[in-house]
Amino acid sequence: MNPSLFSPEGLAGIIFLILIVVTMIGAIIATCTQRLIRSVTGLAVCFVGVAGLYYFLNSPFVAMMELLIYVGAVCVTIAFAIMLAEPDESKLARKIPGLSGGLAAICGGSVSFALAYAAVNGQWMAPAAQVNDGSLKMIGRSLLTTYSMVFEVISIVLLVAIIGSMALARSGRRKN
Amino acid sequence: MLTLSSQLNTYLIIGAVLFGFGIFGLIRRPSLIGMLIAVELVLSGASINFMAFNRFLAPDPTVGQIITLFIMAIAAAEAAISLSIVIAVYRNYKSIEVEDLVELKG
Repeated sequence: MNPSLFSPEGLAGIIFLILIVVTMIGAIIATCTQRLIRSVTGLAVCFVGVAGLYYFLNSPFVAMMELLIYVGAVCVTIAFAIMLAEPDESKLARKIPGLSGGLAAICGGSVSFALAYAAVNGQWMAPAAQVNDGSLKMIGRSLLTTYSMVFEVISIVLLVAIIGSMALARSGRRKN
Repeated sequence: MLTLSSQLNTYLIIGAVLFGFGIFGLIRRPSLIGMLIAVELVLSGASINFMAFNRFLAPDPTVGQIITLFIMAIAAAEAAISLSIVIAVYRNYKSIEVEDLVELKG
């Protein structure tokens, strides 16, 4: 069955296609541009598309978290690091991606093709029934009951990461 | 074409393509920050796979969302740590090119 173009399902399908295109263009910009600041911008565009895909997968909470954490925090942090550690642009311009670019394209293309082939040809078993609807309430309940230990451990990991990154970035400063 | 959003294979192929872009960038980039950006692409391809299986195949559809949230937390921690390492390396070597970092002396 194919919905008509101007029905709600058809418009949702068009938006989905646009999101796929945005994700792919973002990934291409993130990997193929020469300057790093442009590739961070491409990464942000790609993550906006991925957040839209999460929305289509029935989880608006994870979509919003993707926007907040990846676009809002990770990309901005990488942009700060690029400003602090300015790479040598003349060196980047001089370097031509010849052999390594071709090798990288072959490796990435073959990995991607193998994964897609395995995914399409696999036999996936649909579940008999879903025990809940996967809403935000259910996520919160299982985060605080079934996965509470993992939740605490991940907060310790984040704390150690914050302290470690401050210690690492500080130790070099004292020497100069 | 317009019912692609309700098929599992669409999401799996998007995840595989993002993973392939990540591997491509990881090999091609000459600088540390570029490789970090490629690693973020790999992680987001993995997250898309988790979310797709969660939506279509999991009996309990909260598991994949929670795993994706944990992947986000791990990715944020990894970005913070590796960027501070990059800045420390830049202070010592005045470069973030992989080919310049060939000494192991502190």
